[in-house]
Amino acid sequence: MTIQSDVSLIRPRSKLRLALGREANFGDLAFRRITALFAGSVIVLLVWMAVEMGLASKLSLAEFGLGFLTGSDWNPVRDHYGALPFVFGTVVSSILALCISVPISLGIAIYLSELAHPRLKTPMGFLVELLAAVPSVVYGLWGIFALAPWLRESVEPMLAKTLGFLPLFQGPHQGFGMLAGGIILAIMITPTISSVSREVLRAVPHALREGAIGLGATRWEVVRVAVLPYAKSGLVGAVILGLGRALGETMAITMVIGNRSEISLSLFAPSYTMASVIANEFTEATGQLYLSALAEVGLLLFFVTVALNVFARLLVWRVGKLPEGGRL
Amino acid sequence: MFFGRRELLVLAAGLSFACNKPAPAGDSKGSAASPAPVPSQAGPISLNGAGATFPNPLYSKWIAEYNKQFPNIRINYQPIGSGGGIRQIIAGTVDFGATDAPMKEDESKQAPAKLFHIPATIGAVVISYKVPEVTEPLKLSPDVLADIYLGKIKKWNDPKISADNKDAKLPAKDISVVYRTDGSGTTNVFTDYLSAVSAEWKEKVGVGKSVKWPTGLGAKGNDGVTGQLTTTPYTIGYIERAYATQNKLPMAELKNTAGKFVAPTTAAISAAAEGVEMPAELYVSLVNSSAETAYPISGYSYLLVYADAKDGTKGEAIAKYLWWALHDGQKFSESLDYAPLPAKVVTLVEARLKELTAGGKKLL
Repeated sequence: MTIQSDVSLIRPRSKLRLALGREANFGDLAFRRITALFAGSVIVLLVWMAVEMGLASKLSLAEFGLGFLTGSDWNPVRDHYGALPFVFGTVVSSILALCISVPISLGIAIYLSELAHPRLKTPMGFLVELLAAVPSVVYGLWGIFALAPWLRESVEPMLAKTLGFLPLFQGPHQGFGMLAGGIILAIMITPTISSVSREVLRAVPHALREGAIGLGATRWEVVRVAVLPYAKSGLVGAVILGLGRALGETMAITMVIGNRSEISLSLFAPSYTMASVIANEFTEATGQLYLSALAEVGLLLFFVTVALNVFARLLVWRVGKLPEGGRL
Repeated sequence: MFFGRRELLVLAAGLSFACNKPAPAGDSKGSAASPAPVPSQAGPISLNGAGATFPNPLYSKWIAEYNKQFPNIRINYQPIGSGGGIRQIIAGTVDFGATDAPMKEDESKQAPAKLFHIPATIGAVVISYKVPEVTEPLKLSPDVLADIYLGKIKKWNDPKISADNKDAKLPAKDISVVYRTDGSGTTNVFTDYLSAVSAEWKEKVGVGKSVKWPTGLGAKGNDGVTGQLTTTPYTIGYIERAYATQNKLPMAELKNTAGKFVAPTTAAISAAAEGVEMPAELYVSLVNSSAETAYPISGYSYLLVYADAKDGTKGEAIAKYLWWALHDGQKFSESLDYAPLPAKVVTLVEARLKELTAGGKKLL
């Protein structure tokens, strides 16, 4: 339906272009070449960055080899480097952030696109997007002065009391740690995920909703049966965008995660992320091997990001293949 | 005509400055013994420097004051960190570098020519804490401090702490140890001190701008540590003195080599510098000074310049600026919580500045 209307819009213009002959073709050609150049520049940039980081980390690659990935000793004084705790911290904090943020973000998106009063939709949507514009250092400071004390005084004791039998919620209550990092990231990626999801839900054709209502579905059933299945792949895309932001976030998480290169099951324990260690140590790093090891952490972050994105893309592809429509 | 007007402008600026601030601080012709050389008025000269963040407030003040007196000299200083400062001066992308820790031997070897270390100021690292029960300044012995950071003393009421603080009501709470997670000169000075007083620290951890901490939480920057010290009860942390003063945080008194508990006052920091002999290369560690009234954790911060400047005009401007910083500049240090260089070090630095050349020609 939509495609037809597009064609009818384009047709008179293309006739005009045909009448103009070669010039229009030349314009189209130039247009295509230039946009292709722009698109290509992304690939060039990516490859260039990977190569540069690879070159910079040559020394460390030669010295530690695979041990860099499996080692957990990061000691600039002894010039011995292992990055496993950083990989662990990055992946776990991002996953934790997704676990917290995805249900909330989807709730926001569903409310704003399906349920909210039209007068509320615009201002609330605007407020959500405003959260995305807050600089990360502000989130970090808020984390130090508000979130961490609150976690230490109220949330962590409560979690330890009720769920303390799980290894996830054991150990001293410090406020700063993996839990604080995950929550800060969750807050930061919520606007991204929810505003993209809202757009995706808005794009669901009204005919689907009307059909479901016609069959006697309740509001909840309309969303579950007609809207969400149609929007599935778009929603996964929104989550991937959020994940990308969580993986690369540096400033805010550094300020609350506790920055200890240790691997601990407990969410109360301090941790460290790849982006944070680079930001923290690169400026003052001296010595060839040290700099090279930091560059290799960058390379690793690059690969972890690519791997997680590929995985998420595969997920979208798989989800997209499933038959659409839900069951009552 | 053109030059005349420019000179008038400079004079006017200098006069208005002198009027606004009657303190002797700004007057370039103040000290008769060491008249500050007036830089060339020929045209705008811009100098670029980069490096340590630790002395940045002081360097920014110097640059602003110097620019008021000599508007044709524009100095840019980027506080990108000591490591960055060393890398940039080696690469020749800046006219002077700045670092808290002296360059290592392999770094000096990378430099294309000889670099001078010019001691610029002295900064102290203070131990701060948040223990609501403690009202008098906490007293700490070196081995106690090392044991806290080694994770061996875990409670505030540990007998080793109370031995030095007999009157204090120390609570039976866990000590929450905080350290700087970003590489910093502050950490370098602090770990230098711990290595000097504890053999176990020296062997297990060592000295560095970033080290593998045996215990504790890492906070980013002086402000991050200050944040934890203000929000988290039962925390101990180390920060630059300026941050503790400005945030009115308590500062522990440390036992020095003479066995006295000393608070980090400007006098005690200067005393530390007086008590340490400055060697010919003009860099030395100040921690654990043997002077009787010395505060034990402080360190010089250095500027790095090439002994022989490539560009004569710039070289001359830098040499004159450094001369100014060495004399007039020192007066700004105390109000910004740094300690001025001791007189005997000033004499040594004067001699070093006079060795600066450009193409073999003396600059001062």
